[in-house]
Amino acid sequence: MIQITDVNKVYASGFQALNNINLSIKPAEIFALLGPNGAGKTTLISAICGIVDATSGQITVDGKDIVSDYRHTRRLIGLVPQELTTDAFETVWTTVSFSRGLFGKKSNPAFIEKTLRSLSLWDKKDNKMIELSGGMKRRVMIAKALSHEPAILFLDEPTAGVDVELRKDMWQLVRQLRDDGVTIILTTHYIEEAEEIADRIGVIKNGQLILVEDKITLMNQLGTKQLILDLKEPLTEIPANMADFNLQLKNSGLQLIYSYDTTEEHNGISVLLQHLSTAGVAFKDIKTDQSSLEDIFVSLVKETS
Amino acid sequence: MNLYAVAAIYKFEMARTKRTIMQSIISPVISTSLYFVVFGSAIGSRITEIDGVSYGAFIVPGLIMLSLLTQSIANASFGVYFPKFTGTIYELLSAPVSSFEVLLGYVGAAATKSTLLALIILATAHCFVPLEIAHPFWMSFFLVMTAITFSLFGFIIGIWADNFEKLQVIPLIIITPLVFLGGTFYSVSMLPPFWQTVTQFNPVFYLISGFRWSFYEVADVSLITSLSVMGGFLALCLLAVTWIFKSGYQIRR
Repeated sequence: MIQITDVNKVYASGFQALNNINLSIKPAEIFALLGPNGAGKTTLISAICGIVDATSGQITVDGKDIVSDYRHTRRLIGLVPQELTTDAFETVWTTVSFSRGLFGKKSNPAFIEKTLRSLSLWDKKDNKMIELSGGMKRRVMIAKALSHEPAILFLDEPTAGVDVELRKDMWQLVRQLRDDGVTIILTTHYIEEAEEIADRIGVIKNGQLILVEDKITLMNQLGTKQLILDLKEPLTEIPANMADFNLQLKNSGLQLIYSYDTTEEHNGISVLLQHLSTAGVAFKDIKTDQSSLEDIFVSLVKETS
Repeated sequence: MNLYAVAAIYKFEMARTKRTIMQSIISPVISTSLYFVVFGSAIGSRITEIDGVSYGAFIVPGLIMLSLLTQSIANASFGVYFPKFTGTIYELLSAPVSSFEVLLGYVGAAATKSTLLALIILATAHCFVPLEIAHPFWMSFFLVMTAITFSLFGFIIGIWADNFEKLQVIPLIIITPLVFLGGTFYSVSMLPPFWQTVTQFNPVFYLISGFRWSFYEVADVSLITSLSVMGGFLALCLLAVTWIFKSGYQIRR
């Protein structure tokens, strides 16, 4: 759906915001772009949408170049920017209808009504933007981006500063759009958000795309799983017959933690439990824990520092 | 051609006039009426005629030009500057619209608004002084072309400006003095020779002269000269706008 090839962006100040980006976005997927502040997320989105000119490289959307075929490519794209940039004195209805016309679509009040209803904005349609709360304005921004029925939707920090309820509503909407065939690219600071809704994850840092992976594969490959045993009696050291296991003693010797690789055919848990029994180590509780996407993200960003 | 986009921009800009009717229509009409009271009645009682035209009627074309120029610039510059100021320009930049279509929407709306205003002022003037228009076609031509030219100029100012002060500075310190010194309230032949020469460098002088000719067949310069100066300024504005869109100056990072 979107093909980015060797894209660089160097601003007039000399700052290189994008460094040789290569990325392919598949149709009807939710792609989450993660990265610390100033990593280049917004610049990359802006370059695809035509707001920023790439210094070099090529971007195609639906097989068409975004510069030479801008009319075709831009019609396919809807953008919800990070900032709540709105016309303060316009009504919700006017501003959403304006967006539809601007993107070359004939007026369609029924579709605008459907969009506003789906975002719980219908009863606010005659309100001026200045009268709306931040969360409502965010919904209007989404309605504007959806007003011309785009095939691709960019959401730049869509849930920044919105309450938990609205955030969950938005996740539901994003999933619904994906199910309707819309390709979604979102940037977010909330790793939980990417973990919850993304199909694939990209991590960008200092303008470089350091990783692109399917979310489940990423969490399986880079994530570690731990078996945590709460012991009845504290241990001072790991018993000799278990020296080959990746074990740690914590909590003053009352907790034995075994880290294992989920991708290995044999994770060694049953053997470890046998060894514990042989060594006479008794435990009162047992649980497992898996590293979250946030842990993976933090370790990736640290690794490349 | 994305005609829906042109219509969307045009309608959006025209709708602003409804919201700001006090500033857009009523305020210029009151100002013009005051000019008639102050200049037409007070000075007109001392200067009865200029070139065979009553003083009150003589100043009408200049007063219409004053509003037409300032409002064309204000409407277009504000129209394009405001999205930059609020950040909503992202939508224009990411939309499937060409530079020409954006220009058509903004300049078309600004020129329409200022032309309507000029017609309202003409009607207002008719309440104060008897008016006759010798050449209605040329009067309409000057009105529309001046509105388009100065709306283009306003568009350039709106792109150039990166704060509200810059938005105001050219209309206030350049355009208004040029209109006042361009023969709005007097015939240039009434000035001393030195100031007559200085006036020749004022482009607005040629517009007012040509516009006045369309009313009373009285002019300081020939119609061809007026049309040439207007055409030259229009060409300059078009060149500047073409360069702005090609370079992305103050628009695209």
